[in-house]
Amino acid sequence: MRAPSSREAALGEVLLAVENVSLSFGGVSALTGVSFDIRKGEISAIIGPNGAGKTSMLNVVNGFYQPQSGRITFKGQVRTSMRPHAAAEGGIARTFQNLALFRGMTTLDNILAGRALKMRRGFFWQLIRHGPALKEEVEHRRRVEEIIDFLEIAAIRKIPVGRLPYGLQKRVELGRALAMEPDLLLLDEPMAGMNLEEKEDMSRFIIDVNQQYGTTIALIEHDMGVVMDLSDRVVVLDYGRKIADATPDEVKRDKNVIRAYLGEPHGTSV
Amino acid sequence: MLATDPGLDTLPKILIRNAVVLGDRPAMRHKDLGIWQMWTWAQMLEEVRALSIGLAELGLKRGDKFTIVGSNRPRLYWAMCAGQALGAVPVPVYADAVADEMAFVLAHAEVTLAVVEDQEQIDKIIALADRLPHLAQVVYDEPRGLKDYDHSRLIAFEDVQSIGRKKLVSDPECLRHWEAGLTAGKGSDLSVILYTSGTTGRSKGVMLTFQNTIVSARNANAFDRLDQNEEVIAYLPLAWVGDYIFSYVQAYVAGYCVNCPETAETVVQDRREIGTTYAFAPPRVYENVLTLTTVRMADASALKRRVFDFFIAFAGRWGEKILDGEKVPLTVRLFYGIGNLLVYEPLMNQFGLSRIRVAYTAGEAIGPEIFRFWRGIGLNLKQLYGQTEASVYVTAQPDGDIHADAVGNASPDVEIKISDSGEVMFRSPGVFAGYYKDPEKTAEVLTPDGWVHTGDAGFFDPKSGQLRIIDRAKDVGRLKDGTVFAPKYVENKLKFYPNIREAVALGASRDFVCAMINIDLTAVGSWAERHNVVYASYQELAANPRIYDMIARHVDEVNRSLAEEEVMAGAQIRRFLILHKELDPDDGELTRTQKLRRGHIIDRYAPLVEAFYNGATEAQITTEVTFEAGHKGVIAARVAIRDMKPYPARVPKMERAA
Repeated sequence: MRAPSSREAALGEVLLAVENVSLSFGGVSALTGVSFDIRKGEISAIIGPNGAGKTSMLNVVNGFYQPQSGRITFKGQVRTSMRPHAAAEGGIARTFQNLALFRGMTTLDNILAGRALKMRRGFFWQLIRHGPALKEEVEHRRRVEEIIDFLEIAAIRKIPVGRLPYGLQKRVELGRALAMEPDLLLLDEPMAGMNLEEKEDMSRFIIDVNQQYGTTIALIEHDMGVVMDLSDRVVVLDYGRKIADATPDEVKRDKNVIRAYLGEPHGTSV
Repeated sequence: MLATDPGLDTLPKILIRNAVVLGDRPAMRHKDLGIWQMWTWAQMLEEVRALSIGLAELGLKRGDKFTIVGSNRPRLYWAMCAGQALGAVPVPVYADAVADEMAFVLAHAEVTLAVVEDQEQIDKIIALADRLPHLAQVVYDEPRGLKDYDHSRLIAFEDVQSIGRKKLVSDPECLRHWEAGLTAGKGSDLSVILYTSGTTGRSKGVMLTFQNTIVSARNANAFDRLDQNEEVIAYLPLAWVGDYIFSYVQAYVAGYCVNCPETAETVVQDRREIGTTYAFAPPRVYENVLTLTTVRMADASALKRRVFDFFIAFAGRWGEKILDGEKVPLTVRLFYGIGNLLVYEPLMNQFGLSRIRVAYTAGEAIGPEIFRFWRGIGLNLKQLYGQTEASVYVTAQPDGDIHADAVGNASPDVEIKISDSGEVMFRSPGVFAGYYKDPEKTAEVLTPDGWVHTGDAGFFDPKSGQLRIIDRAKDVGRLKDGTVFAPKYVENKLKFYPNIREAVALGASRDFVCAMINIDLTAVGSWAERHNVVYASYQELAANPRIYDMIARHVDEVNRSLAEEEVMAGAQIRRFLILHKELDPDDGELTRTQKLRRGHIIDRYAPLVEAFYNGATEAQITTEVTFEAGHKGVIAARVAIRDMKPYPARVPKMERAA
């Protein structure tokens, strides 16, 4: 489906470099000396058995956790500590494993909330809702409508998200992340709990986001079929260490990966 | 009334006239990015002209056939007129057609150019490329996902228009030339080929001239006094004659505005925002809305449910009389007013029907109970009977003369007769010019003196004077003992229950009547949720014994009502089963307009039919299913069969020799 050779040429320079990152909670070590690169325009997947440290890794990237050691370079800038809002302002957006939407608000308002960082006019201007503030809001609304059209959720525009089925809520969350126009989009288990049809839809949207907007995407996913189809590159974690970092085909054949998934007592089924 | 001038004998000519006379009035709207975009008649002419000249530059010329595939979007309607202005003939195809069906139609019609909505349709056409040697160009509306496609035969809609616009600027003769070509068109020219999704065999290409459709549209507009102030929503398949006449020809002739919904899922909301005044829908749409309402009410609070039930029952008793302007007691009017405030008007508003003046149901017989429900709450719902071969209109009901069991009097300029075998035949200016490249089939249907065999059995009701359709003529059969058996009549009674989506009644030349049933996943699923019945798929839900119990109660009620009718008492359902899969047009079980293809269903489910009549209590069945992309899969199931007790006929049975 995705020809590797032509993809290889299309990918740009390194957008995010993780170097030797270690993270522990008290005595428990979550990540140990992990390094990898994410290149511009790439779809990369982080996989691993339960408890391997995947979500911790995403949390480090978007500044939610501070690693004890190691270095993260994003868009050429080195940082050791960063708050999530700074990451968001810098162009990193994410979705969550267990959804984090405003359940009482409509689809439209949830996605519009993703534009909050892009609002130029201050609180009082927004209150007056006149002149430049109004013009700005119209522009934001237009962007949000493009996303609604893109994700094919026009029919649920005015419905509070709490009333939507799970698969659609996931799509709304993706919409909110897209509203930030991120350089790097982190997806934490975008397909969890979906049926086959919903997974196919979601895969198509992820590919379309990558192609249409050129957004770099890093995702965590358990469904191996999805991972192998979507990703240009797969990073495998096990017990907080990186055990492989290669193309999907190479990873499938990697002995360490097979052992991590099948050969260890704690291993989850694939 | 506009466009009665005999010089206005083609649709492109009417467009030019409308652009002058109705210049600033809305011709079309489309909800895009959450906002209604509007085109006036003058703007629409400009769009159509630019496209038309662009298409001519791409090589489209008089006599060529081109296809339109996609959902109801202004650009696809413009493409029809743009091609017609050049003398080319549009051949719209159902957007959800599987690849094989599409290949047949496009190859048979020798289509040279396609105007399609998006990537999905282009993928289908690419897959069929080697079966379509004539197809040289594909124009697409929606560029999404097409960036990496080979563009040697693909071109974007706006690029075609800009070719046209540039040509208009660079070549001073261009406009005159285009208008001359347009003026050369005549009323007797072929204007469109509509492939009917016949209930038997391969589809046939019905050829309609401009005159056929324009006269038919003009008569229909006059009959219901439709003018430029109407608002309609276009949501039915482009390839269906109903949409072609109603969203295109009638709109041009009357000058009214056609609104295209944002997506297929938002039609109800979009209709509500526009407040349409004229509607045209197959019975299924009215059924679905009623089912949805019933399901939602089941979840409402006890008080709301009681209010709803009371006023709906009240409307059933009095509503139609009030709608038809009959005299009713003052207290009834008062109560109806309260009902209107509490139930009817909010319900109509919910579905965007508040401003409707005229609503038609057509395409198939509607269950009388469904019909009375809508009329009872104040919707001026009428029936019409039509065919692609008639440019739709054969009969229609005039305001105030409505009968649930009849389809109306002959439409203006239409003659109707009943043949000796009981088949309905008609003759009218709308009668088609023949089936494309199929003189044999044409001769079977069209007599030399212009009468058309409809294939439907019917008679004129002596009480109302209106035409009644019983069933497809070839489907009306008799049981072994001679009892008349009209399958559709039985099926419609079953389908009134919201829990039953589709039913197939069997019995011709058999000892008794049996029924295969499809449950309605929305309605039954909601019931299952409330009663803690766990299921993972349609198949699992359909096999549940508690669902069987529920359907058995419905079948029992149908039997009781059949027992009350002298002709039908013998056709009570003795055995039934719930099918393990939903009947689907992709498997050839329904037509694209959702009619049963009875013969095919009986063949496909032969083991079940056999089990019905050999007394087995269950049967094993394996069915092949087709996915939209064309690949196939197999599902297998054990299906249980229930026996039912018939009621004694309430009235003496009719003479066998009838």
